[in-house]
Amino acid sequence: MDFSISDEQSMLADSVSRFIDNDYDFERRMRIAESDERFSPEVWQTCAELGWTAMPFSEADGGFDGGAVELMLIMEQFGRGLVVEPYLANVVLAGGVLKRAANAEQKGRWLARIIDGSLQAALAFAEPQARYDLGNVATRAERDGGGWRLHGTKTLVLNGADAGLLVVPARTAGEQADTAGISLFAVDAAADGVVRRGYKTVDAHAAAEITLDGVAVGASDLLGDEDAGFEALAGAVDDATLAVCAEAVGIMQTMHDKTVDYAKQRVQFGVPIGSFQALQHRMVDMLMECEQTRSLLLRAVMLREDDSPDAARALSELKYTIGTAGRRVAQEAVQLHGGMGVTWELDIAHYFKRMTAIDLLFGNADWHLDRAAGLR
Amino acid sequence: MHVQLTDEERAFRDEVRAFFRDRFPEDIRAKQMNGVPLTRDDYVRWQKILYEQGWAAINWPVEHGGTGWKPVQHYIFANEIAAANAPDMVPFGVKMVAPVIYTFGNEAQQQRFLPDILASNVWWCQGYSEPGAGSDLASLKTRADRDGDHYVVNGTKTWTTLGQYADWIFSLVRTSSDVARRQEGISFLLIDMSTPGVTVKPIITIEGEHEVNEVHFENVRVPVENLVGEEGKGWTYGKVLLQHERTNIAGVARSKYRVARLREKIARPVHGAPPLSEDRNFLRKLAAVETELHALEFTELRTLAAVAVGKAPGPESSILKIKGTEIQQAIDHLFVEAAGYYALPYLPQQYAADFPVDERVGDGNETLASLRYFNNRKASIYGGSNEIQKNIISKHVLGL
Repeated sequence: MDFSISDEQSMLADSVSRFIDNDYDFERRMRIAESDERFSPEVWQTCAELGWTAMPFSEADGGFDGGAVELMLIMEQFGRGLVVEPYLANVVLAGGVLKRAANAEQKGRWLARIIDGSLQAALAFAEPQARYDLGNVATRAERDGGGWRLHGTKTLVLNGADAGLLVVPARTAGEQADTAGISLFAVDAAADGVVRRGYKTVDAHAAAEITLDGVAVGASDLLGDEDAGFEALAGAVDDATLAVCAEAVGIMQTMHDKTVDYAKQRVQFGVPIGSFQALQHRMVDMLMECEQTRSLLLRAVMLREDDSPDAARALSELKYTIGTAGRRVAQEAVQLHGGMGVTWELDIAHYFKRMTAIDLLFGNADWHLDRAAGLR
Repeated sequence: MHVQLTDEERAFRDEVRAFFRDRFPEDIRAKQMNGVPLTRDDYVRWQKILYEQGWAAINWPVEHGGTGWKPVQHYIFANEIAAANAPDMVPFGVKMVAPVIYTFGNEAQQQRFLPDILASNVWWCQGYSEPGAGSDLASLKTRADRDGDHYVVNGTKTWTTLGQYADWIFSLVRTSSDVARRQEGISFLLIDMSTPGVTVKPIITIEGEHEVNEVHFENVRVPVENLVGEEGKGWTYGKVLLQHERTNIAGVARSKYRVARLREKIARPVHGAPPLSEDRNFLRKLAAVETELHALEFTELRTLAAVAVGKAPGPESSILKIKGTEIQQAIDHLFVEAAGYYALPYLPQQYAADFPVDERVGDGNETLASLRYFNNRKASIYGGSNEIQKNIISKHVLGL
């Protein structure tokens, strides 16, 4: 049992933290979020130059062999900075499938370019009828000569409008909700039959609704074995779930800290509002929620690093807590900021919106409590 | 004790229901369904229809144009207007400043202001909170200094809802600092927004809409005749108004309407997914909220019954405000959960009248769920935050 991190990991955390402090303050974040561009290409290039886009990939694939700890360190800081650049969508989700399922030729074609920052990619993990069930895939891949044609609808494809490469789960066998029979395809976003409707999300990230209408893919676009794509899909989404949980812990801590600061400064009735016991206890509750959630984050990370059989359950316990304790912290932070907490001008509102989105991503609190309870 | 309506009450309900069915304009109804903010013209047009019916000022005394309804009629009306998803009268004129004017204003003020409020000829907004005076309203600093027949007003008011549409603002202003208690130097002043020196600056709220404002006063000259009641008594008048505000913001009937809509939504399969009504987790949460709502409905009815026998709405109205807003916010979040991933696209513009319906993302208006959830975090903050309400209850009900 050892909670310390290595020198390299510590340097990584420092470098991301410095970037947030020096180059990604709230004003810049809001300029990016409010612009027509969905993210800043300049910031993305920085992410590549500093090695963050290479972090979760093996050295053999041209990466830095980072694991759950590195992912946690990066995402917690991204949470603090409310980073809108598509690290989750491009590197963790699309990259996460490629690193698990792609062959050497495919990795050379796509993964290398994700690592050097020149390719935007997206994983179409959600379908309208599926809610949070990854194995519920109605998109069909029908045999067509040596390849396939894809038919179906994908929703909330994060980074979908900007991606040059779409990683698309589609059914090649089995019933709609079977985990077996799902295959993974690399689809050129500019291919005939791909219709994208891009939009920003309520938390200033970007996504798209995507319709696939007979999109042709070849044998070389199949990632991994036919019918056997679910494991890579679920693995990438587990990484992404851990990533947004770490991001959420960064947000919770920031909201808590800012609330305590505000309570010390905001004077009403001739004294700082932080001197009122009724509010003090609520900020103590927030602190306890933050600490308990951080403990679950560390537990989930450590069990995952060990490939423990308990890792999946630990991850669901964490995600459930992000959706419950995290929501309470976010709501309390807004409430204790009073009217200012519900203004666009103040960062608190934007942290609140991101927390709300994170609760829904990859299964909300109920969904993950069911999983933790063995009901799903 | 009985819960059924009498024949007479049922006839009244049918009359009210028919009125909302026949007279509530279809274009405004469509905006309401799609979360499109109403324009000034929308509000005024609708309010004038209510006025023609004699239902613009249902709470006023009969001599000023009120209805003289019994509590059960108010209850029925609130339920029917909510069930029609028709907007209530914008409260600042009819529900807020008017009771102060007809209770504390002089004859000339009553004749000058009340008819235009009743007929929605003049739009009012509220000048209470200031950047430095929120929960501690009595610390307000906006000054009104006497200069001959005028007050000269300087200061800033904030959270002024729909102030961008307003013709007049009622304000709490400081007319004296030389007092034993801060509350004693405060006066209730009516200010024409077109007076030189008044500027209105938008505040954009969390979900991206322009609903509230900052109002600045720079050497604004206000005739002394616009002072309501006595100088220095504004705090007392303002508190009466806040108690009216609090009973209005429980929103029980609106919450009942929203729960009914939520039940409809989850009963249908959407996007090819099985209906959410098959999800025990969701049903249990919905039942828990409804339980709270049923309790509050009867708490409110008990309060109305007490008012009917001559008791003014007292500090108990704080209970309605706290529980009512907590319930609203719980329902807001259930809508977000029901929408799932479709709560995330930020597409308010797709509900505009000229946007092609078949190009909308999501089922019905479900992408609005999170925007409503975000926006309505304000409910536990405004009207005296829920923390302030608890202070009121502990002091004035419990005597602590």
